[in-house]
Amino acid sequence: MAVIAAIFLPLLAAFIAGFFGRRIGDRGSQLVTCGAMVAALVLSVMLFIDVAINGHARVVPLANWVASGDFHVDWALRVDTLTAVMLIVVNGVSTMVHIYSVGYMSHDPDKPRFMSYLSLFTFMMLMLVTSDNLLQMFFGWEGVGVASYLLINFWFEKKSANDASMKAFLVNRVGDFGFALGIFSIFIIFGSVEFGTIFPAAAGKAHATFNFLGWHVSALDCACLLLFVGAMGKSAQLGLHTWLPDAMEGPTPVSALIHAATMVTAGVFMLARMSPVFEYAPTALAVVTVLGALTAFVAATIGMTQFDIKRVIAYSTMSQLGYMFFAIGVSAYQAAVFHLMTHAFFKALLFLGAGSVIHAMSGEQDMRKMGGIWRLIPFTYAVMWIGNLALAGVGIPGVFGFAGFYSKDIILEAAYGSGTAVGHFAYWLGIAAAFMTAFYSWRLLIMTFHGKPRASKEVMDHVHESPVVMTGPLTVLAIGALIAGIGGYEWFVGHEARAEFWRGAIQVLHAHDSIHAAHEGREWVGVLPLFVGLAGIALAYVCYMFVPGIPATFTKVVKPLHVLVFNKYFFDQIYDVLFVKPARLLGFGLWKAGDGAIIDGLGPDGVAKTTRGVAAGVSRLQSGYVYHYAFAMVIGVVALVGWFYFKP
Amino acid sequence: MQPVLTDLIPALPEIFLAVAALLLLMLGVFSGKNGTRLVSGLALVALVVTAVLLFRQEGYDVAFSGLFITDSFAVFSKLLILLGTGLSLIIAQNFIAREDMDRFEYPVLMVLATVGMMMMVSANDLLSLYVGLELQSLSLYVIAAFRRDSAKSTEAGLKYFVLGALSSGMLLYGISMIYGFAGTTNFITIAQVLQAGPASLGVIVGLVFVAAGLAFKISAVPFHMWTPDVYEGAPTPVSAFFAVAPKVAAICLFIRVLEGPFGSLLPQWRQVIEFCAVASMLVGSLAAIRQTNIKRLMAYSSIANIGYALVGVAAGTADGVQAVLIYMAIYLVMTVGTFAIIIGMRQKGKAVEEIADLAGLSKTSPMLALALAVFMFSMAGVPPAAGFFGKLLVFMAAWKAGLYPLSIIMALTSGISLYYYLKVCKVSWFDDVKEPLDRPAAGLSWVVTATALVVFPVALVIGTPVLNGAAAAAASLFH
Repeated sequence: MAVIAAIFLPLLAAFIAGFFGRRIGDRGSQLVTCGAMVAALVLSVMLFIDVAINGHARVVPLANWVASGDFHVDWALRVDTLTAVMLIVVNGVSTMVHIYSVGYMSHDPDKPRFMSYLSLFTFMMLMLVTSDNLLQMFFGWEGVGVASYLLINFWFEKKSANDASMKAFLVNRVGDFGFALGIFSIFIIFGSVEFGTIFPAAAGKAHATFNFLGWHVSALDCACLLLFVGAMGKSAQLGLHTWLPDAMEGPTPVSALIHAATMVTAGVFMLARMSPVFEYAPTALAVVTVLGALTAFVAATIGMTQFDIKRVIAYSTMSQLGYMFFAIGVSAYQAAVFHLMTHAFFKALLFLGAGSVIHAMSGEQDMRKMGGIWRLIPFTYAVMWIGNLALAGVGIPGVFGFAGFYSKDIILEAAYGSGTAVGHFAYWLGIAAAFMTAFYSWRLLIMTFHGKPRASKEVMDHVHESPVVMTGPLTVLAIGALIAGIGGYEWFVGHEARAEFWRGAIQVLHAHDSIHAAHEGREWVGVLPLFVGLAGIALAYVCYMFVPGIPATFTKVVKPLHVLVFNKYFFDQIYDVLFVKPARLLGFGLWKAGDGAIIDGLGPDGVAKTTRGVAAGVSRLQSGYVYHYAFAMVIGVVALVGWFYFKP
Repeated sequence: MQPVLTDLIPALPEIFLAVAALLLLMLGVFSGKNGTRLVSGLALVALVVTAVLLFRQEGYDVAFSGLFITDSFAVFSKLLILLGTGLSLIIAQNFIAREDMDRFEYPVLMVLATVGMMMMVSANDLLSLYVGLELQSLSLYVIAAFRRDSAKSTEAGLKYFVLGALSSGMLLYGISMIYGFAGTTNFITIAQVLQAGPASLGVIVGLVFVAAGLAFKISAVPFHMWTPDVYEGAPTPVSAFFAVAPKVAAICLFIRVLEGPFGSLLPQWRQVIEFCAVASMLVGSLAAIRQTNIKRLMAYSSIANIGYALVGVAAGTADGVQAVLIYMAIYLVMTVGTFAIIIGMRQKGKAVEEIADLAGLSKTSPMLALALAVFMFSMAGVPPAAGFFGKLLVFMAAWKAGLYPLSIIMALTSGISLYYYLKVCKVSWFDDVKEPLDRPAAGLSWVVTATALVVFPVALVIGTPVLNGAAAAAASLFH
């Protein structure tokens, strides 16, 4: 019962706020949605204790969905440790974002709609993480896509928001197509899409092959790669990442909830959920590792060059997702989920903090027009520090660390500990990304809060600390960023405790157990990330506070490189030439020549024209003269008789 | 040899109606100029009594030494004819009074035409067929030209008469051919002769001529050209009458001739009927598109509808006949309703008949516009209006008989006809009022309301008994 309530309360709230928002008013919609979320959060905490701590994993069947021949799918809620963690993350961040939105959107005329979309998104995300089969997961997957589309386009009168929402939707279609194909492959291999059937059978199918044009490929590798394509779309991995920075057109709470903490991690969740299958797909895992590491690195380089505060954090998100993926690639699923959880807290914190800054700066997002405001909004300044410390992974080994210190380190250690070439590749790219992460984080901090004010006088006069409905959630998330790492370490990735915690929700082959290897690994492997992080922070101070001339000089020296990175490696431009323009051309051609000239011309328009012409001709026959009429009759009889006469 | 009086009993309704017509004529003569109302009322009573007499008839019987036959088919057809005449008489009342044509001959001629029609559908001999047809036609020629002071009306009457004479000539020529080659004019004997051996070309040519003569009466293409001119020129109640009762009578006669004596020549006459059906559907649908006069529109609409009915005839099965009877019943009701609206179209007391004059009807009299929409949707064959089921039955009968191209053409032309029926709706619902129409007379409103309700939704309720009646009527032809 608690499970059903925790998942369907947000849907109920979305329904009420969406359809009766006008009747119950702004305040009513906010109360309904926030109230439902708080209740759902309390229930998820209870579930977490029951399921993850006390070990009562369960599957709650709801209804039969599809029964067609051999194909059976039920609506069912699968609650194990993995789901329980996701419930806490989703409902936790969502609740904070709901409450924060009450303050952040206080000047918006469409509050009920916004709250309704947020709750709808939450429900879809919960469907995704509680699904018991791939089809239901796909339902949630598409549902969060729709909600994301609606929320990016929340200010639909802005053209940039329209474009961004469409881009997000279309790029995600590519991924979703892969996901759908992946589901088909899984069905072909296992004859079912239900986890309960797939997982036990995975080992037996390890050597199954698909015959593709006479070329035998490992069936599981193929299916897992297709699933990964789906994950790439949702989780903005290199290649299908272009939508994520643009998605920042949506209101900031949306960026925090959907495009940082929850939806973009759906890919990570899906791969973790499918761990029993991925374990038998070594090629797929290697691909995941390489792409994840590249994403972490590339996104971090772009993050160093951007000036829009939200875009910097967006690239940071993409970079951190890269970490999670290469953790999965080296079979450190638990570490990936651990980082997913800590990242949800500190990245939501960073986004909401950035929102607070934007709120204070009257909507300004360009860091070049900020600066010198740390005394004016000390609370926001403090939480941004906490968020950045967590992101950069700062801590004192053995004593205390911020959230990212634990989760990022275990990922890097596991990558190194896996002992494979791709693992080492990922480790070194990860170290480089960690350095850059620290650098751009403090670059953001210094540019935003320190130095001389660069904003206009009116804006500066207006700078104010946010109201309690906004600082409250920030406090909660800041606490999360402080303790999520140290509190969750033993459970998630601890040496012994993790087996007790996960209870088979994630399955790792013994030979692949990179987390075990991480714990046994060498000392320097775990300390190096911390040092490069501190170095990155120091460099940021040097470049942006003490010797501000360095960045300009440096960019001049490596101008081509800077142009490349600053323009995000020209992904958008390349895609425009490769896909968008040809697609437009094709569409235009089909529209004008295909639909307009051929189908309309020969079809509706042509038929109508012919009909009119014939009608005119028939009417002309009606001359009004009796002898014409009589002639027609006689001709008619002659024709009818003649027909018989000439008929053989 | 049976006693004479017993022999006459099967023809009792016709005899009653004929005598009544003569009495009404006498009454009219002696009651002077103001007698029209009285004569019309009594004519209506006579029609009702005839219907009651018809209800008492059952089973198969012949009279006049086999010239006259009565069976379920005849009874069903005659009831439809009486209904058509009765409704036409009611909706004419107000019009003939206002348009200065309230002479008592009007109802008397309608009754005489009805007698002719009843004789037609009961004909069991080519000669009694001809006599009935001529009685009907001569009455109709006169009624068409009833407004002697109107050039259009007299032109319509004259055109109808000249072309009608031509068609009668064709019919008689055909009859003489058949007599020459089959040696008889009696339907039953002809059937026996034709079943005995292969038909000679002479019989077939005669049949084509007979069919042409009958096709003129139902205004099937290419014998249709009088229809738009006569419908437009004749006074509107006359057009309404033309559109219903004679059409029903002629199509029933058509069925009786083709299915009765010439049943064994089905492959031969089917191609004639198919040709006429296709041509009627195409011409009716296409030419209607360009019409601006609503009476002309109705003329083409009736041509198209006859085309659809002929599809059912071409099926040559009991299903087909049943479908045609149902189709004609529905056609009758919705046509009378539509014409009742057209008769009521007046602006400042003056009768108008352009489609554009209906503009804004929904604002000035919404119920009338609603009824018009019901009729138009029904004519177009949009479910759940009755017209849809009529078309559906015909379509299914033709499909079952294997007439696939015909069925498909029927569906396509039905789609074309949607355009002009809905155009009437569009004008009456969405165009702006230029000159509001007057409120129609009470009698018209009643007929409009009643027929509209029958078309939808009453037809859905009373459908079964009518279907059963039509089935029995069809079966009596194929016993």
